[in-house]
Amino acid sequence: MSDTTQNGPMLAADGTPLKRSLARALRRQKMRALMLISPLLIFVLVTFIAPIADMLFRSVENQMVSETLPTTTQVLGEWDHSAGEPPAEPVYEALYYDLFIAAEAKEHTKLGTRLNYEYTGVSSLFRSTGRGLDDLGDDYLDELEEVDDRWGEGAFWYDLMTGTGSTDEDLVAAHAKRLEQLTGDKLSGDVGFAPSTEIAALLPKTTAAYADFAVYTALVDGDVVAEEDPWESVYVGLMTDLQTADVASYSGPEAEALQTAAEAAQGIEYIPLKTFFAEEDEDWLNVDIWATVQTYSSKYTSGYFLNAVDLQLTPDGIEARPENQQIYIMLFKRTMFMSLAITFSCIALGYPVAWLLANLPASKANLLMILVLLPFWTSLLVRTSAWKVMLQQQGVINDVLVWLGLVDDAARLVMINNQFGTIVAMTHILLPFMILPLYSVMQGIPPSYLRAAKSLGATNWTAFWRVYFPQSVPGIGAGSILVFILAIGYYITPEIVGGTTGTFISNRIAYHISSSLNWGLGAALGAILLAVVLLLYWAYDKIVGIDNVKLG
Amino acid sequence: MALTIAKPTSAVFAAGVAALFGAFFGIFVGTATGSTLLGLVGGAAVIFALSWAAATFLRGQEKAARWGFIVLFTAGGFLFSGVPGLVLGLIFGTFFGWLTFYVASGRYRTGLPPYSTPRQVLWHFAFRTIAGLILVFLITPILVVMPLSFNAEDFFTFTPEMLSFDPEGYSLKHYRDFFTNSDWQGALWNSVRIAPVATILAVGFGTLAAIGLSQPHVPFRQAIMAILISPMIVPLIISAAGMYFFYSRIGLQGTYLGVVLAHAALGIPFVIITVTATLVGFDNSLTRAAANMGADPVTTFFRVQMPLILPGVISGGLFAFITSFDEVVVVLFVGSAGQKTLPWQMFIGLREQISPTILAVATILVIISIGLLTTVELLRRRSERLRGMSPS
Repeated sequence: MSDTTQNGPMLAADGTPLKRSLARALRRQKMRALMLISPLLIFVLVTFIAPIADMLFRSVENQMVSETLPTTTQVLGEWDHSAGEPPAEPVYEALYYDLFIAAEAKEHTKLGTRLNYEYTGVSSLFRSTGRGLDDLGDDYLDELEEVDDRWGEGAFWYDLMTGTGSTDEDLVAAHAKRLEQLTGDKLSGDVGFAPSTEIAALLPKTTAAYADFAVYTALVDGDVVAEEDPWESVYVGLMTDLQTADVASYSGPEAEALQTAAEAAQGIEYIPLKTFFAEEDEDWLNVDIWATVQTYSSKYTSGYFLNAVDLQLTPDGIEARPENQQIYIMLFKRTMFMSLAITFSCIALGYPVAWLLANLPASKANLLMILVLLPFWTSLLVRTSAWKVMLQQQGVINDVLVWLGLVDDAARLVMINNQFGTIVAMTHILLPFMILPLYSVMQGIPPSYLRAAKSLGATNWTAFWRVYFPQSVPGIGAGSILVFILAIGYYITPEIVGGTTGTFISNRIAYHISSSLNWGLGAALGAILLAVVLLLYWAYDKIVGIDNVKLG
Repeated sequence: MALTIAKPTSAVFAAGVAALFGAFFGIFVGTATGSTLLGLVGGAAVIFALSWAAATFLRGQEKAARWGFIVLFTAGGFLFSGVPGLVLGLIFGTFFGWLTFYVASGRYRTGLPPYSTPRQVLWHFAFRTIAGLILVFLITPILVVMPLSFNAEDFFTFTPEMLSFDPEGYSLKHYRDFFTNSDWQGALWNSVRIAPVATILAVGFGTLAAIGLSQPHVPFRQAIMAILISPMIVPLIISAAGMYFFYSRIGLQGTYLGVVLAHAALGIPFVIITVTATLVGFDNSLTRAAANMGADPVTTFFRVQMPLILPGVISGGLFAFITSFDEVVVVLFVGSAGQKTLPWQMFIGLREQISPTILAVATILVIISIGLLTTVELLRRRSERLRGMSPS
């Protein structure tokens, strides 16, 4: 294998130093092992770990407010809610354009729903205001059309906004990017429009509104910008700009029309947007609503987690939720309590059976083992349906009790759709997970210890309690953690036999994901549950070791 | 270790013990015929008399006496209430005949140390009764479901016709419903379409990875193992929620592929655990020997390693299969109506319009489980034999 020379390192057959040769062989071995593992590792990372990470991300993600109302949240940043005054005009102006495009993209109701989790009533506020946004622009358009018919025409507007000279491509790109954020879709294609720098400087709000319109028309609807009539928001922008802009010196296309409009605008009653919103709904002057928007305008929030523990993030800091909305702490406590009750019932029922199995001759024990393994292998739904059938008021157990005269026919026991039903059914379902680890530990306890204790004068009880029981504690620990971990995350059985009082936190998670659609809160509740399970699992690993997980 | 020699006990003692049981069963017989109290007293009296007589006069002819019990009880039961009485009589006759002589001959003490006090003997049997009751608790739900699935009525309880073994009370209509109802057949078809593909994915990737993990030098072995096992540890509702979020992001939510991938991920830990357990006892010199004789790694794998670990691979596959076949939480979220599997259909049935067809499906599933359980057990024994361990 190797040559040993008098001086110098040991060499392998091919002349390389033995140390290096060995290291290389080892490295190759490691690489081979990793190559064998990597397909599965990638598979699990993509199909399982990524979803879990996504869920954790969603529990803090809060981009909806800043993505739907990007300008508003930016302008609102300087506003101080503690003064007790609603924000000033610029905020309402920003809100108008943000809300307009959001309403066109039908995203404003989603935002309303999102903010409604934090402040009740916001949902209807957004929905009703979204319907009224067009009216203001329509009124202005009517007035402008009296001066010049062409104000309502797409081609006229396109010429006006395109202007002459250099164009501002960046502005359109920025608006396209903002629209992408709003809709969450990847938008591609050519807008076919860019405002001239001159007009962008002269009529900034009009240009911004028109750019929104152009981007949406071209990229989402797929129409030609010049052929479509502009949005009502553009007229609002124009009216706002005309209040201050000096259009007399402008000489681009349609300059005359613009100047005539500017003159006419003197005679048109301009409604500040703050007034407009206040008329749409009094609530827009509500400081609390604005404070809520401000609080949730950051990209990430601890709000969902706070909700999950019955707190809420308010503009004034973290506060407890109103009494009637505090349910999650209670649910967590109930989940814990019921899981503990199930664990203890499993210990109480599993210990004697495991003891019997461990102390019977192997042939008999194997036979009885089938009785333990059969339910273990039977479909969860089969066992749950069996319990539903047995525990019903018209079910087998009640029938037997009535037949024996122990229970009156009129007063049949309510054993289902409550905590009792859940605990019984889940104890039955999880009992094998207690018996199997207990059995394997008890098998390793020599029966002679018990006999030795007795021959030294211990009573049956002392011998059991002082000698046998302490040795079986590892089995109890392993079984308990296993049962507890499984119980705490159970969904199906509580859903079917739990009714309203016997449900777990997992049922609430499912509710938030499929019914209330408050995904963030569902994710936060899930993240807390996951943390508890991982902590318990870590303890399980310390006590038992992952490698000792056995099946059947 | 039969240290204790069976010492015959007195006839009165044997008859007394039997009478206690007689009183207990008398309660049920009495309730069925009208008077619970009469049944209790009557049962005790009849059994006491019979047992005393048998233990006193027929002590020598145990076999004949026990047959006597059976004949007497069966005939009595039949005259009393027809076929159900006959069945009950047969059971009671066998039991009381055995009990009388078990106690009378003193055989009940053979499993106990000779110095046991009467209280210890009582505790010994009381304990076994308790453990027995718990085992009954474990098995009863399954036992109740099976006969109820043959119910001729749409009830979830035993009808009087069923209890009197009237053929009218039984029917296969729920099974017929299962095999003709398009909802159930669609669900079955979906389960059959999803589970095998998920199993193949899990077994394919899982076996390779398990072999990799069993190499002597694997960097980050603990971390990798933790990741691969995690689908088994994370509560299903959390996996389901995460997959729902993530798969709807990448367009897999509500597709066949999405459900298959999710189920494969859930089945992988089982494959990893069973196959690595098989590989623990694998003798690596066998592969070296194969290589030494000129086999390339692929040939070595398929001709030497694979046949030896095959039992582990198959039982891992069965675990993965049953995981997918039984799984309902994840498919509820990741799947859409087009992927409605059998457990999903059962779940809907249990939550909304509970129909007895569920019991027929449950019975079929129990039979499938028994088949799979037997297969896994046989495979485990075969694997241990192949690897030179004694089957335990």
